[in-house]
Amino acid sequence: MEIVYVYTKKRSEFGRQCNFSDRPAELHVDILPDPTLAANFVERDPCDVPLQCTQEMSEHEVNTERYESESRGINHVEGGWPKDVNPQEMEQTIRFRKKVEKDEHYVNTIMQLGSHMEHCIKQNNAIDIYQEYFAEDEELEDCEDQPSAKTINVFRDPNEIKRTATSLSWHPDGSQKLAVAYSCLEFQRATAAMSMDSYIWDIENPNKPELTVKPVSPLVCLEYNPKDSHVLVGGCYNGQIAYWDTRKGSQPVEMSTIEHSHRDPVYKVIWLQSKTGTDVFSASTDGQVLWWDIRKLSEPTERLVLDPSRKGNLDNALGAISLEFETTMPTKFMVGTEQGLVVSCNRKAKTPAEKIVCTYSGHHGPIYALQRNPFFPKNFLTVADWTARIWSEDIKESSIMWTKYHMAYLTDGCWSPVRPSVFFTVKMDGTLDVWDFLFKQNDPTLSLKVCDEALYSLRVQDNGRFLACGSQLGMATLLEISPGLCTLQKNEKALATAMFERETKREKILEARHREMRLKERSRSEQSKEEESKEAHGEESAEDLLAQAEKEFFDIVEGEIKKREKEEEKYKEKEVCEEKTAEFNHKARCVFHLA
Amino acid sequence: MSEVEETLKRIQTHKGVIGTIVANAEGIPIRTTLDNSTTVQYAGLLHQLTMKARSTVRDIDPQNDLTFLRIRSKKHEIMVAPEKEYLLIVIQNPSE
Repeated sequence: MEIVYVYTKKRSEFGRQCNFSDRPAELHVDILPDPTLAANFVERDPCDVPLQCTQEMSEHEVNTERYESESRGINHVEGGWPKDVNPQEMEQTIRFRKKVEKDEHYVNTIMQLGSHMEHCIKQNNAIDIYQEYFAEDEELEDCEDQPSAKTINVFRDPNEIKRTATSLSWHPDGSQKLAVAYSCLEFQRATAAMSMDSYIWDIENPNKPELTVKPVSPLVCLEYNPKDSHVLVGGCYNGQIAYWDTRKGSQPVEMSTIEHSHRDPVYKVIWLQSKTGTDVFSASTDGQVLWWDIRKLSEPTERLVLDPSRKGNLDNALGAISLEFETTMPTKFMVGTEQGLVVSCNRKAKTPAEKIVCTYSGHHGPIYALQRNPFFPKNFLTVADWTARIWSEDIKESSIMWTKYHMAYLTDGCWSPVRPSVFFTVKMDGTLDVWDFLFKQNDPTLSLKVCDEALYSLRVQDNGRFLACGSQLGMATLLEISPGLCTLQKNEKALATAMFERETKREKILEARHREMRLKERSRSEQSKEEESKEAHGEESAEDLLAQAEKEFFDIVEGEIKKREKEEEKYKEKEVCEEKTAEFNHKARCVFHLA
Repeated sequence: MSEVEETLKRIQTHKGVIGTIVANAEGIPIRTTLDNSTTVQYAGLLHQLTMKARSTVRDIDPQNDLTFLRIRSKKHEIMVAPEKEYLLIVIQNPSE
């Protein structure tokens, strides 16, 4: 079957018919060359030609998926024995070995291999072909390297809703583990879905915490017991104290009773130096410092209310936010308060009122960190508002050294355990500052951006080489600082002592002068008050004052002019002297030449 | 004393020799001068390594074969003389 379509269209509907014809070429226009135009031609010299010799490059960024690793163990057992031999049975294995040794093939093989082996052994003993002649010289490292720090590991809060890493504690021996307390400190921001767990991390494994610590309320602080590294004590957001034994798992071994605990979050717990190694003390913003024995957490062993008027009134108490305890001074301790005051206390005072020894004022905001210098315990470091300050115990009115006011809020700080002049601070803008006041006083020796979010906690490992910082979103960053920053420098102790002493002296002189001036002012104001009461005419006194001010002004100006004249005279004299000596020298030289 | 015993004893008396192990094709130690757990570990691991080394050499050139394996480490040198059925392993501290 064939399908045929036929289309028809009229010729007239196609439009005009084209009619091509052939015709000779024709010239439309002829432009002749004009030599005058050549004069207008300008040769380009020099002539710029851009060239690119380098390889074309482009930059791409790829964020690979997070690599998660897990540690697993395999137990290898001795294998390869024939089925009828039990490797555990001595008799059978001995019999098997004896049988093999009698085998002729075995004897031949060993004889052959033995001679081969002997040759190699002799070779090794004849000459050490791998000997390095100058290996010892290479070991000398230059210590003058730039201060630096590098991130070794990052431990992230494994939960969906991130919480702040509020406290860090290093394992007392080995530094293989880091206990991190997580809690949300923003008022009423903690949601029900937020996890309450805190974690102990193995610093080699950032993927999975080694142990989960499960409190009833989020932990604000967590501390390893320096005497027993299995035991940790934690302070909860609800004010309770609890302790864990890592051998007994995630649940707390014992907790303090709510009615005898703090009424505010426990910001700091510290282990005391005691024979049993079970004593701790804690501080909270409710204005109390409580002492505990973890064997009996039902009630605190001792209580101190931080009332500056020494009446023990809890309503007047200062909220404690940081604590300091130095094991070499077992009866003394210091508390940093929310009001910016450092309270120095003595635990063994006779009456409760005497327990508060003195206060140090100078900060405008809560004192987030407080630590005595590990080498010079008389001097301590505070971190608050926008500054870090170093104090001397003797001077209560002001600190002896301080940093400038930073743009970002300071949140934590501590001394280096190995260098007396080095301390570390962390800020809200995510930077870690390393200060060495023997090297630079105005600026940090090293400023390092650790992360984009605010840093909230900082802890240095006992060897001073590793430090950990905790951030707002629960990231604990482990850093290693360059060896220059964690090895004791020559003369450093002496220099640091000198610096502390000098600054203390300066502050003392200033303080004395301030006191003097204040006394004068007071007496003057009293006098003027008396005068005012005597003289009723205010106008006269105003005129007098004007005249007095004028006189003072001219006196000063005159004095200044005289001073300058004197100086100029001195200067002239000096010049004359110098000219003379120059002349003399010249002459002397001539004489030498002649000789 | 048999010839084998004599040979092994002579090897052991050389300077720096820490231990001698003879293992069979399955990595089972037949004779040793070291303690049991060390021997088992050395024999098992070196057997595997030697097999791997041998197969590597043979894969590269099927006509070739492994005749000797020397492992230089920070602390000592481990020498393995392989044969079809047996391995002779000697651990030596050459810098002694």
